[in-house]
Amino acid sequence: MQTIKEIQDEIIDEFSMFEDWEERYQYMIDLGKDLPLIATEFKTEDNIIKGCQSKVWVHAELNTDKIEFTADSDAIITKGIIAILIRVFSNQHPKAILEANTDFIDAIGLKEHLSPTRANGLVSMIKQLKLYAIAYQTQLN
Amino acid sequence: MQDINKIREDFPILSRKVNGKPLVYFDNAATSQTPQQVIEVIVDYYSNYNANIHRGVHTLSQEATDKYEAARHTIQQHFNAKNAYEIILTSGTTHSINLVANGFANLLKKGDELIVSALEHHSNIVPWQMLCEKTGAILKVIPMILEGELDMDTYSNLLSEKTKLVFVNHISNALGTINPIKTIIDQAHQFGAAVLVDGAQACPHIKPDVQALDVDFYVTSAHKICGPTGIGMLYGKEEWLTKMQPYQGGGEMIDQVTFEKTTYAGLPHKFEAGTPNICGGIAFGAAIDYMNNIGFDKIATYEHELLEYGTKKLLEIEGLKIYGTSSKKTSVISFNLEGIHPYDVGTLLDKMGIAVRTGHHCAQPIMDFYNIPGTIRASFAFYNTKIEIDTLVEGVKKAKLMLS
Repeated sequence: MQTIKEIQDEIIDEFSMFEDWEERYQYMIDLGKDLPLIATEFKTEDNIIKGCQSKVWVHAELNTDKIEFTADSDAIITKGIIAILIRVFSNQHPKAILEANTDFIDAIGLKEHLSPTRANGLVSMIKQLKLYAIAYQTQLN
Repeated sequence: MQDINKIREDFPILSRKVNGKPLVYFDNAATSQTPQQVIEVIVDYYSNYNANIHRGVHTLSQEATDKYEAARHTIQQHFNAKNAYEIILTSGTTHSINLVANGFANLLKKGDELIVSALEHHSNIVPWQMLCEKTGAILKVIPMILEGELDMDTYSNLLSEKTKLVFVNHISNALGTINPIKTIIDQAHQFGAAVLVDGAQACPHIKPDVQALDVDFYVTSAHKICGPTGIGMLYGKEEWLTKMQPYQGGGEMIDQVTFEKTTYAGLPHKFEAGTPNICGGIAFGAAIDYMNNIGFDKIATYEHELLEYGTKKLLEIEGLKIYGTSSKKTSVISFNLEGIHPYDVGTLLDKMGIAVRTGHHCAQPIMDFYNIPGTIRASFAFYNTKIEIDTLVEGVKKAKLMLS
């Protein structure tokens, strides 16, 4: 199994092939257009993370000692970034999730989306992923 | 109007680049840009006569006081208020509204009614809800119709002897609709109700005459009309300002202070506790001078041209829908692309150097009315051009292609 760091490096590699913002954003939009990332039954009010502008839903389940995340958004670029975050953080041990950082977002030229003042729900989403990790970590101990 | 290129030279920010592209600034309804003439006033204040006002006997304090009070006169004349002391300098529209809402707390009783319009910004809704909670007054709403106009028949029916206050914006921030405030004011007065008009979106486009309108309160912010943020005004009729209780206690708003009893200062100081935004007030006056120098008639004519051009060009894009289609509106175009979230379009436009606002524009009830999460809002000012509108249209087309 790949570590979080290995997946992040792989994503940085992929993004390094894009020549300009249009290619980067087109790739994210295409990621966002892919299959629904969350089962409809989990797209509930309870699972919603409210950003000012786009809604984000997150659901987490523990499989043995790994957390599986699913998520979605009503805005497609946000959804594209969610797809990247899920690829990095899903199916990882809670401890690894808690220790991981999101610096790779800067390296792939999407830093502005994770600014704490950006009204897209992503910063709250990452916080939520970490909160799930804390909860499941406690459960595992 | 003067040559547009010459006007643009007044605004240093308009020549900067964003994401490598020349800035196209279409977020004027959120805040306008600042001309060099106003920037120089700010620099001059801090370079030459920065001092606290009204209390000092030294030269700097006197100079600052004179300029601050001169700005109040400029504002008074601009809005045609009867007296300079009816102009209260505040931190902006929101502060002004809260000041009035607080001032009415002891003038209302349980069961009194307040009327708000469905087209309001949150800052002209929430302070009144808080006032209702405090006093037991009831909030009634003038509904809107599909074009983004107020349902005036319902308004007439809502008015009664119980109505004490009506608050409505002069122009809707989310849709640009110009509301029939004169009719709203006249009808409210027949029942003895006071009317507060939120002019934040109107002042960049028109020159309101508070006496001709016979409005009880008129509020606005300087940063919507080429002034700095953090300064604005409340115009209030003397009779109301006298009746209202002060908002904040502190220095400058007092007459005599003993531990037994404090008596308040007269207008406008009763509502201006503490050291004010002195530089902001002076720059507010300078901004009004700048706008008047260009001329509001000329501004309105030119902006209307931009609105018509922008509306026509944007509507050529298939699947684009404009919200707020009143025949009486200012240069604001709120729109969406079918099946595409406004946030996505705004994000891509920013990459192209185009600044628009996306979201609910702090007017969630309007978005709920149309059942949409928000809109993309392009708002034009007198320093924008048709070429910039062409850039926007191309940008929207490109965003649509990428997102479809």
